[in-house]
Amino acid sequence: MAEHNTEDAVPTVIADELHIVYRVHGAKTGKGSATAALSRIVKRGEERGVRKVHAVKGVSFVAYRGEAIGLIGSNGSGKSTLLRAIAGLLPAESGKVYTNGQPSLLGVNAALMNDLTGERNVILGGLAMGMSREEIRERYQSIVDFSGINEKGDFITLPMRTYSSGMAARLRFSIAAAKDHDVLMIDEALATGDRKFQKRSEERIRELRKEAGTVFLVSHNNKSIRDTCDRVLWLERGELRMDGPTEEVLKEYEKFTGK
Amino acid sequence: MPAQAAHHEDEGFQPVSETTHDGTVALSAFPPPDEGLTAAQLADKYGLTVSGARPSLVEYVRQLWDRRHFILAFSQAKLTAQYSQAKLGQLWQVATPLLNAAVYYFIFGVILHASRGLPQEVYIPFLVTGVFVFTFTQSSIMTGVRAISGNLGLVRALHFPRASLPISFALQQLQQLLFSMIVLFVIVIAFGSYPGLSWLLILPILVLQFLFNTGLALIVARMGSKTPDLAQLMPFILRTWMYMSGVMFSINHMLAGRSEAFIRVMQLNPAAIYMDLMRFALIDGYGASNLPPHVWAVALFWSVVVFAGGFVYFWKAEERYGRG
Repeated sequence: MAEHNTEDAVPTVIADELHIVYRVHGAKTGKGSATAALSRIVKRGEERGVRKVHAVKGVSFVAYRGEAIGLIGSNGSGKSTLLRAIAGLLPAESGKVYTNGQPSLLGVNAALMNDLTGERNVILGGLAMGMSREEIRERYQSIVDFSGINEKGDFITLPMRTYSSGMAARLRFSIAAAKDHDVLMIDEALATGDRKFQKRSEERIRELRKEAGTVFLVSHNNKSIRDTCDRVLWLERGELRMDGPTEEVLKEYEKFTGK
Repeated sequence: MPAQAAHHEDEGFQPVSETTHDGTVALSAFPPPDEGLTAAQLADKYGLTVSGARPSLVEYVRQLWDRRHFILAFSQAKLTAQYSQAKLGQLWQVATPLLNAAVYYFIFGVILHASRGLPQEVYIPFLVTGVFVFTFTQSSIMTGVRAISGNLGLVRALHFPRASLPISFALQQLQQLLFSMIVLFVIVIAFGSYPGLSWLLILPILVLQFLFNTGLALIVARMGSKTPDLAQLMPFILRTWMYMSGVMFSINHMLAGRSEAFIRVMQLNPAAIYMDLMRFALIDGYGASNLPPHVWAVALFWSVVVFAGGFVYFWKAEERYGRG
């Protein structure tokens, strides 16, 4: 387990009583008919037709430099939401997140376009993550090689919609992992591609960990959490249920999930 | 790490959810030297900053400038992706505006005779210029409304100044207009107006209109992020605006006989201003008498005020995009 001397315990992320609330439009009632929508408009009241989802409820923790922190919890427990809030991508309802530098989510999926060639997507994804054109030019070849897209012919010059789902996932991971980060957050990225590619990506994540100050990993795979993390936060229904060394928390978690 | 410190927690600070849940085990606490500090004090001590806070206006402009390559690449990617499934491919960039012009000519030129007061060799380029220039503003607004609400995935996944999106969409429309200009040049020349010095005015007109459109796109992007319904309403507002702006008819001729003040007010409409300037630059038979007084000052006024206002308005909500 990670042991911190008091001297080198430098915090990189501090969450202070963090609450996140999503607002979902048009989900107020089960009835989606026009008359139901009309009656919602006619009825007075604040924020008609908007349903609030309280995804993260008062979570506080401090993450230190050099830590690899796993986030576990059942589906919909607020793990991904918490990561987005740390990255400053989702505004907090109340409470605050303090960070050192700019935390980054490992993922560029949303910036890529299926109708463009893999080549253009590498450039677009890199730019979207804030890399400069020179950086992308330097790393272009290694991104393509890492993805292994061209192992079976010249696929990188074809539109991404022609890729198999595994190929597309590999290219996305390769683009996302090309950048160095201060605080890196990985959301279930370990399960992409075939066995060979998984090994390669686990290795890359270990490298990224060395370069990054702090790594957060969301996963439902307890094994990959054990392999990569030394501390685990357990979220359940948006609340922090447990925070501690990997083994202790995972033991409780496995008891809870009945494994 | 946290387990060791857990048993001598400081009472002054509640480290982690110890009482939120029955059976919760609180294992975490800060290491001894930082005990007793609040989160804010701790953050301050190590120079941590609030995540996702809105940068100052100057800093924001700097961040946007850093993302200029992304903004350009994103707009070009959108433009290319638009027709990549079509058999004729990028040819549609030119064919779409051409077909648009043909439809408007058929309805307004042939059926409705809206050319009133304009000879045929002026009316057709007049109409086509109007359609293309107005479409530039119209589609900048339409894509602007959805710039944030239609790209929530991107907004929630990556960190970049959000104004990149509406600006990028406006830029995409500008590139689209440049394709249309090819068609426009052919039509204008075919009807007897040859390139001359006045064609140099196209550049400043495009710059002014682009600034104006970007400002509008920024404004509706913020409004659309809060109220996505605006995307449904916008086509009606835009169509009303189009019919008021004299796309298919000359405001001067159509309103002849009305009071001078009324005509002047109608002509101050920014869409009408940019259209008339473009017609003036391109078409020989469309002289300065068709332009309202101080036309350049008005055009400049609209673009500067709308762009600056839109930019500040959009920036003010920067940290709130992506919620809900």
